[in-house]
Amino acid sequence: MNRVAQAPALDSQIPAAPEQDRQALLEIRDLTKRFSLSGDFLEQLRFKGGKLVRKQEFVHAINGVSLDIQRGEALCVVGESGCGKSTVARVVMGLLSPSGGEIRYDGARIDSLSSRQLLPYRKRMQMIFQNPYASLNPRMTIQQTLEEPLRLHHPDWDRQKVRDKVEEVMASVGIAPDWGKRFGHEFSGGQRQRIAIARALAVDPEFIVADEPISALDVSIQAQVLNLLMDAQRDRHLTYLFITHDLAVVEHFGTRVAVMYLGTVCEIAPTATLFATPRHPYTQALMSAIPKLEDDRPQHIRLSGEVPTPVNLPSGCVFHARCPHANERCRIEIPRLIAKEDGSQVACHAVEEGRL
Amino acid sequence: MSTYASPTPTRWARFRDSYFLYSFKRTWSAQLCLAIFVSLVIIAFLAPWLAPTDPYDLRQIDILASELPPFWIAGADEMYMLGTDAQGRDLLSIILYGTRVSLIIGFGAVLLQALLGVTFGLLAGYLGGRVDALLMRLADIQLSFSTLMVAIVVGAIVKATLGSSFYSEYAVLMLILIIGLAEWPQYARTVRASVLAERSKEYVDAARVMGLGSRRIMFRHVLPNTLSPVFVISTVQIANAIISEAALSFLGLGMPETHPSLGSLIKSGFDYIQSGSWWITLIPGVVLVVLVLTINLLGDWVRDVMNPRLYKG
Amino acid sequence: MSLLNVTDLDVRFALRQGEVRALRNVSFSLDRGERLGIVGESGAGKSVAAFSLLNLIAKPGFIAGGSIRFDGQELNGMSERCLRKIRGNRISMIFQDPMMTLNPVLSIGEQMVECLKAHRRISSREARTIALHKLQQVQIPSPETRLDQYPHELSGGMRQRIIIAIALLLDPDIIIADEPTTALDVTIQAEIMALLLELCEKHNVGLILITHDLGVVSQVTQRMLVMYAGRVIEEGPTREIINDPQHPYTQGLMNALPQMATPGERLNQIPGSMPSLSKLPSGCAFHPRCGFVKRADGQPRRACHDVIPDFVESGNCRVACHMVAEMLNGEPSLAKEETP
Repeated sequence: MNRVAQAPALDSQIPAAPEQDRQALLEIRDLTKRFSLSGDFLEQLRFKGGKLVRKQEFVHAINGVSLDIQRGEALCVVGESGCGKSTVARVVMGLLSPSGGEIRYDGARIDSLSSRQLLPYRKRMQMIFQNPYASLNPRMTIQQTLEEPLRLHHPDWDRQKVRDKVEEVMASVGIAPDWGKRFGHEFSGGQRQRIAIARALAVDPEFIVADEPISALDVSIQAQVLNLLMDAQRDRHLTYLFITHDLAVVEHFGTRVAVMYLGTVCEIAPTATLFATPRHPYTQALMSAIPKLEDDRPQHIRLSGEVPTPVNLPSGCVFHARCPHANERCRIEIPRLIAKEDGSQVACHAVEEGRL
Repeated sequence: MSTYASPTPTRWARFRDSYFLYSFKRTWSAQLCLAIFVSLVIIAFLAPWLAPTDPYDLRQIDILASELPPFWIAGADEMYMLGTDAQGRDLLSIILYGTRVSLIIGFGAVLLQALLGVTFGLLAGYLGGRVDALLMRLADIQLSFSTLMVAIVVGAIVKATLGSSFYSEYAVLMLILIIGLAEWPQYARTVRASVLAERSKEYVDAARVMGLGSRRIMFRHVLPNTLSPVFVISTVQIANAIISEAALSFLGLGMPETHPSLGSLIKSGFDYIQSGSWWITLIPGVVLVVLVLTINLLGDWVRDVMNPRLYKG
Repeated sequence: MSLLNVTDLDVRFALRQGEVRALRNVSFSLDRGERLGIVGESGAGKSVAAFSLLNLIAKPGFIAGGSIRFDGQELNGMSERCLRKIRGNRISMIFQDPMMTLNPVLSIGEQMVECLKAHRRISSREARTIALHKLQQVQIPSPETRLDQYPHELSGGMRQRIIIAIALLLDPDIIIADEPTTALDVTIQAEIMALLLELCEKHNVGLILITHDLGVVSQVTQRMLVMYAGRVIEEGPTREIINDPQHPYTQGLMNALPQMATPGERLNQIPGSMPSLSKLPSGCAFHPRCGFVKRADGQPRRACHDVIPDFVESGNCRVACHMVAEMLNGEPSLAKEETP
């Protein structure tokens, strides 16, 4: 079942693509991930009509996602809870193993490597987590937390070199060196997130996966952390895979945006294009739902129903049950990502047929 | 940028400002229990210097002075403050020595339980899958044997292979082994549950993303964060182990009468209750109850302090 | 006289480090059918303010002073029994987490009927009819089957609709909604907020909306309060504050939004973070983070460091800021109460 068109076929349709021969830093091809809901073998056995049958149920968290992340860009993945955006991040980082598909980093496959084989990549790709209250080990001091990755990846460094590096990285995220002897719980959410960012930056990575790094923080602190991430990108030439549900942040931060719904990508576009002309009906509904400061009266597109469960995926387009433009074809045929002239790719029959 | 004006607190300052100490200062029952428990421990371990006689020394036993009552009853000998037992040993001395034996067995058994239980629980919780299934079924099987059955089986094997004199000689070690083996699943289950909770936290993911190996994540990251429930159940387990030891000794499966623990003292006096020498059983019994009660009350307090859900109550 | 008048509300928490003042001199009022937003970051005291209205603050917190007049009655100091007649009946609450209100072992219908019968003398059948009617009002599909379902069988958005139905059950005068949509997705949030707004307007119910989201406040409320470190620092009509915030903190909060900056540029961040209530700075609590503690000529404004600012009227708004006061009156505004 090929839910999404192969990207190489797409590339040829994009006119005037100067980076065509430039290799993407991270390539995700047809990634799928399902989680079993049925427990181990014995728990899967059921009596049905007098016979013992094996029944397995799955949560289909990702269903054929293909993404390319170019060097130096910030690719934002947006979507609502349960759309699989965090699962993509965790599969990319090797925290979960994919059920199918390929992940290539700098041309080499990394999706089926052992943790030992992954070790050199751990230095090049790092991750920032959502909850700064859970991402720091409560029994370790800040100094220990920051030294640990350095000692692992640079076993030849002496003590002074490790300390100097920790001091440097602490300064670069704006935390005072005398914080080192303290524990995580002595700091506020924003300060902890700085420490978590420092830990990720300590090994000088080139690629960072940020999984909702600011959504647990207060508004004024969000701005600080977002600035920090942008400064780090400029100073260290980082590439980001940025997972978020906040479209305002995406508009500000992202180079390109991928909108996900129920484990599939429904639209990928350069940020400015997406915000100027959202094409997919789901993207349009999502954008209209952002509470704006200007108008007094919310004028959002009302979607009927709720997000279906990823256990029993709808046939055809996953969005058809809530889509105001759905027709018979949407109920049967899975839409493929189709490239448009302005550089966006949309997976929607209505857009393809020109109905929308 | 907000900076901290206050200097980094030292370890002592952290302890001084901790909720632990704060709560201790405000809970008189905890203070009282700790005082009684600590004095019992000190007295028991100083028994060789404090006790008027050495009950293990057969030369000091005077069979003619058997079954003398304690000092407040007529007919008491002022040499024996709490009276004597059926063999004429000084009851005070033998209780001091017996308490020491009970405490050694209690702590030793809990140490063994914790060692086995924490290791197995950590492995089961962190590795999951088959290791988890295997270790937890093992724990279930272990729990279906009572301490008594383990004692009988181990006792029978040791006595059959190495002789019963060997068993009595190493009775303390044997009891530690028996109670330790019988009750490790308590630890394993507690630790497994909190490992499962900790494993899903992001700092463990962060450690994996960093590239750390499973062993280092387990022992450096997960284990330190699962220790507070271990500490809480340890208090209860010490009390349980002391009671288990007393029960085994009472049934004749534990400490021999030549080196009695509190349990075997109670047993040895039990036959003489009918003849009116109740003190041989009752006084060690009271000591046992006080010891176990203080440990349990301390355990209750520790649980209240360490249970974050009760923090704000 | 407004429906609800809160004056000089003072809430404290008796902690082991000593008493912490969670709310200081908080005053506001709410007219019948009016929608008021309370905005602030976590720790600003906005939830404490809402909870203290019905004396729902858990120990070790307590109301240390001030008055809460609701429809002619004083709620501060009222007996628990009398308060219970007001809670749920005339003032109801919507919490962030629907499971805080819903009992997981009772069906939706049972909970609604129980709530109705606790406050009114009606039969179970009548109560069920009212419950059904309320579920229809919150636009729940197939309301009759929902009555017999349990909370865990419903999605998050559906649960929050049911919470709204329960809040409206006894036709209250005021609904206090504490971050009602924070746990929900954007599209669901938009629907729930639209629904809440529509119902409040239709039934002329007053709304106190507590949120950190300036966008939500600007769309739903008519007036708003901005809180910082346990105090109200700015109050006025929502549109005026959103379009032209006066207090440096409100300005900073608005400017920090990504919408306010050019994409790709740095955001206008407020430095530092909110002080903890037990270690409040002297003078204006915001002064260590404020860009206006120095006058335009570079001279420091001593009052910001030393004196808690009192409110000054600026158009339709009230602002507690020495800088604003100086611009309006030529001298800094001094509070009734000095820094302790």
